[in-house]
Amino acid sequence: MMSMGALAGASLGSLAACSKAEVEEFLQKRFVEMSAGEKKQVIKRLEDKYFKKYGKRFNISTQPADEAVLWGYGLDIARCIGCRRCVYGCVTENNHSRRSPQLHWIRVVRQKKGSMINLEDSEHYYNPETVPEPGFQYTPVQCQHCENPPCVKVCPVKATWKEPDGIVVVDYNWCIGCRYCIAACPYKGRVFNWAEPNIPAAEVNTEVHYLGNRPRMKNVVEKCTFCIQRVRNGRYPACVEACPTGTRKFGNLLDPGSEIRYLIENKRTLRLKEDLNTEPKFYYFFSA
Amino acid sequence: MRKLSILIVFAALIGFGISASAAQRDEFPATPPPFTPGIYPCSNCHAGLPVDPKRRELKDEHVGIKLHHAEQERWCLDCHSADNRDKLKLADGETVNFTESYRLCGQCHGNIYRDWKAGIHGKRVGYFKGGKRIYFLCVSCHNPHDPKFKPIKPLPPPIRPEFNNGR
Repeated sequence: MMSMGALAGASLGSLAACSKAEVEEFLQKRFVEMSAGEKKQVIKRLEDKYFKKYGKRFNISTQPADEAVLWGYGLDIARCIGCRRCVYGCVTENNHSRRSPQLHWIRVVRQKKGSMINLEDSEHYYNPETVPEPGFQYTPVQCQHCENPPCVKVCPVKATWKEPDGIVVVDYNWCIGCRYCIAACPYKGRVFNWAEPNIPAAEVNTEVHYLGNRPRMKNVVEKCTFCIQRVRNGRYPACVEACPTGTRKFGNLLDPGSEIRYLIENKRTLRLKEDLNTEPKFYYFFSA
Repeated sequence: MRKLSILIVFAALIGFGISASAAQRDEFPATPPPFTPGIYPCSNCHAGLPVDPKRRELKDEHVGIKLHHAEQERWCLDCHSADNRDKLKLADGETVNFTESYRLCGQCHGNIYRDWKAGIHGKRVGYFKGGKRIYFLCVSCHNPHDPKFKPIKPLPPPIRPEFNNGR
C-alpha cells in the first residue's frame, strides 16, 4: 500500500523536470498514489481478516513519521547480563509466532571477554543456570536500522524501505518472500516465516501498526521495527522497558537534549561492522 | 554612593548563592521509596527510644538487615540520621527525605548520579516524549544495604533450526 506510493514517488522524482502533462502521458494513469479512502479500505479489510482469525478487534495504526525525528538506540555492553528478557518482551509486544516456527527479532550473542570485535566467534544458544557468567560478555543484536541499508538496496519489489524517521520497515503484504534481504543483512537482523505463524489468541496484542507488529503471514520477512507503534506516540520500545538492568536507551538523534545524544557525546561508543559503511543507528556503549 | 553599590553587589552575591544551592536541590519526579509495609514512619518506634551512637551489630531489631556495602568503613548511623530516623543524613550533616535518597547515593557514586540525572543510568519506562518522565529511585533497583545484583536465571535460548518445525 505504501509501496505504491514509494514507486510513484520514485518515478515522479526522476520526472521532476517534466511538465504535468508529460508526466501524465508517461505514466498513463498507472502508478497512482492511493487516496485516503482507499487506504482506509485496506485497513478495514485487514482488521476484518484479523478479527476472523483471532476473534479480537485490532486497531491498525498508519501513523506517519514526525518531522525532524531520527530514532537512535543505545545499548550498554557493560551492563547486559544476557538474561533474554528483552527477547521475550519483544515477542509479547510484537505478535511473534511462538512455536513452529519460533521467531525472535532480538538475538543475544555470547562471546568470551576480550573478543568483542570478533562476532564470528560467538554463539547465542547458551543456557547456563544463572547469568552473567564470569569470563563472558553478552551483546544483543537486532535490526540496526542502518542509514545505508543493504537490505533495502537488494529488495526486488521494494517491499522494504527506510521511513523518514529512520526506521527500516517491511510491507508484509507486498513482500514476495525471496529472502534476498536476509542474505544481504550483515547483522542477521531479519527472520523469515517458513510456516504460518502461531500466536496464542489470548496473548495477541491488538494495538498494532501497519508497518510494525500486526500479525504476519507465511512467506514474509520480518524484523525489529523499533516498536513503531510505540515510539511514534512517544513511548519507549518494549525491549527498553523489559530490560532489568537498564542496559537499553532510546531517543531522537536530532534532539540535542535527548538521552541518546548525551551518551554518544559522553561515553565510549561503537557500532557493529562499521567498516561495511551501513551506518547503523544502534550505538553500543560502555557506561563504566 | 560607594557604600550603596557595595551593598547591591553583596546582596546579588547572596542571592546568587541561595539560588545556586536551590538549583542543586532539584527535585526529580521519582517513584516512591519501596518501604517494607508498616516500617515507615520510623519515628513510630524511634521517637521513644534512646539514641545509642556506639557502632555495634544489632541484636534486638532489624536483625534481617545485613550490611554489605562498605561495612568496614561505616555502619547504620552514618547514613541514617541519629536524631530523626525518618530522614537520611548527608556527609555534611544535612538531612534529606527518603524520597530524595539519590542525593545520598550520589555523594560517593557521583559519576552514576550524573548519568542518572541525564537519564542514561538505569531502567526507563513510560513516555520519553509527550508524557511524564518517570525516574526510578536508586533503591528501586539496588538494595541499599546489599546493592550488588545477584545472578538470575536466563530465559530459554532460541530453538535450534533443525527442531524449529517449519523454521
